[in-house]
Amino acid sequence: MFPTLSHEEILRYSRHLLIPEVGLEGQRKLKAASVLVIGTGGLGSPLLLYLAAAGVGHIGVVDFDVVDYSNLQRQIIHGTSGVNTLKVESARQRMLDLNPDIQVDSYNEPFTSANAMRIAEGYDIIVDGTDNFPTRYLSNDLAVLTGKPNVYGSIFRFEGQASVFDATRGPCYRCLFPEPPPPGLVPSCAEGGVFGVLPGVIGAIQATETLKLILGVGEPLIGRLMLYNALDMTFEYVKLKKNPHCKVCGPTPEITGLIDYFEFCGVPGFDHDEGSAGAGWDISAPELAARLGSGIPIRLVDVREPHELEISRIEGAELFPLGQLASRLSELDSAQEMVVFCKAGSRSARALELLVSAGFRKVKNLRGGINSWAREVDPKLPVY
Amino acid sequence: MITVLFFATLKDRAGTRRIELELTEGTQVRQLKSLLGERFPALRPALGSCLVSVNREYAADEDVIPSGAEVALFPPVSGG
Repeated sequence: MFPTLSHEEILRYSRHLLIPEVGLEGQRKLKAASVLVIGTGGLGSPLLLYLAAAGVGHIGVVDFDVVDYSNLQRQIIHGTSGVNTLKVESARQRMLDLNPDIQVDSYNEPFTSANAMRIAEGYDIIVDGTDNFPTRYLSNDLAVLTGKPNVYGSIFRFEGQASVFDATRGPCYRCLFPEPPPPGLVPSCAEGGVFGVLPGVIGAIQATETLKLILGVGEPLIGRLMLYNALDMTFEYVKLKKNPHCKVCGPTPEITGLIDYFEFCGVPGFDHDEGSAGAGWDISAPELAARLGSGIPIRLVDVREPHELEISRIEGAELFPLGQLASRLSELDSAQEMVVFCKAGSRSARALELLVSAGFRKVKNLRGGINSWAREVDPKLPVY
Repeated sequence: MITVLFFATLKDRAGTRRIELELTEGTQVRQLKSLLGERFPALRPALGSCLVSVNREYAADEDVIPSGAEVALFPPVSGG
């Protein structure tokens, strides 16, 4: 039986109760429902706010990060006063302020193969609001293995995708993208940038789909991938089908348990901005400044995008955007000492990998990127 | 003649959002991918992991592309 609503709740949800597709029964279904949202960032912000406002009775929130100033351009669940506080706590407080009648459970931990089953237990629906491939594959496989729907959304600059993956009724994420892309191929928001409103649109669509699943109304995005382009203001759809060879939801699955995806995807799972190329391959900003100051000729290779030069630059550095590096190796000299850098050190770590695999040995990664240089060597430069 | 549309990062790699191509009859998605890789070397590393649709329906590597088709290539994106 679905829980009853108090008089206060009836007033709060009156605009829902007036819609036949929701009504009193639907609102009670929402109150009885439980949804786990992974990520409290750009997608998680509108998602959590709308699920809370709509009266979803039990909402789980997973994240392990703290609120940063650079989040506030799009992560509207957090405020300036919440900077440096735990994201899950900042989100929980805002949700309970919006709707004190719901239960919000926060999980301040990285979502991994070790804790995913435990955390997801007891939730009806999983919503993928993460910002990295390892967690996306984890969230998908978890949903398939536990028979729960996975409400998917993902963004890049001005473009977004959304779908509902429910392997009991249609394809899963792996049916579309069986394997994660090779490391470094796809930039994260921290590297590629994102238009602030974009996750608002996609997150609101994920919230819509989640509520529809709970209510059992309308046509869910199962078997369809929605593609949104904010610049063109277009919504398009691609019809999807179940992949008969799918490794996790196919008839003879290879994947029968959760995998440690961090190595597998080749990107650090919890820290997309870690900024290190590993032991022995890094140089710190003060160390680099000292070496340059002592007159050692070091070629500085900036692997950021051209428009980032307007924000900050290191004098004497040459621009080799990461995407062009492979085709411009002939312009570099492996006999010469070289330091590669980007904004925070993760694109340059991949540039370093590429250079090392091409035979370069006298190359180092500026740990923490030009942002570290700005903090520790040249405070006239902004951190972005 | 077919139309090929590039989405998200593939647009930057190809340097264009759409092209028109003449294909021989019976060309499969797999063959189109290698043609595109030859024409746009920067696309090559991304072709293995992208999703292809033909006339707005998911297409597998062995599917044949009909004449006049609209083919779209979508990379996986991870932002959130």
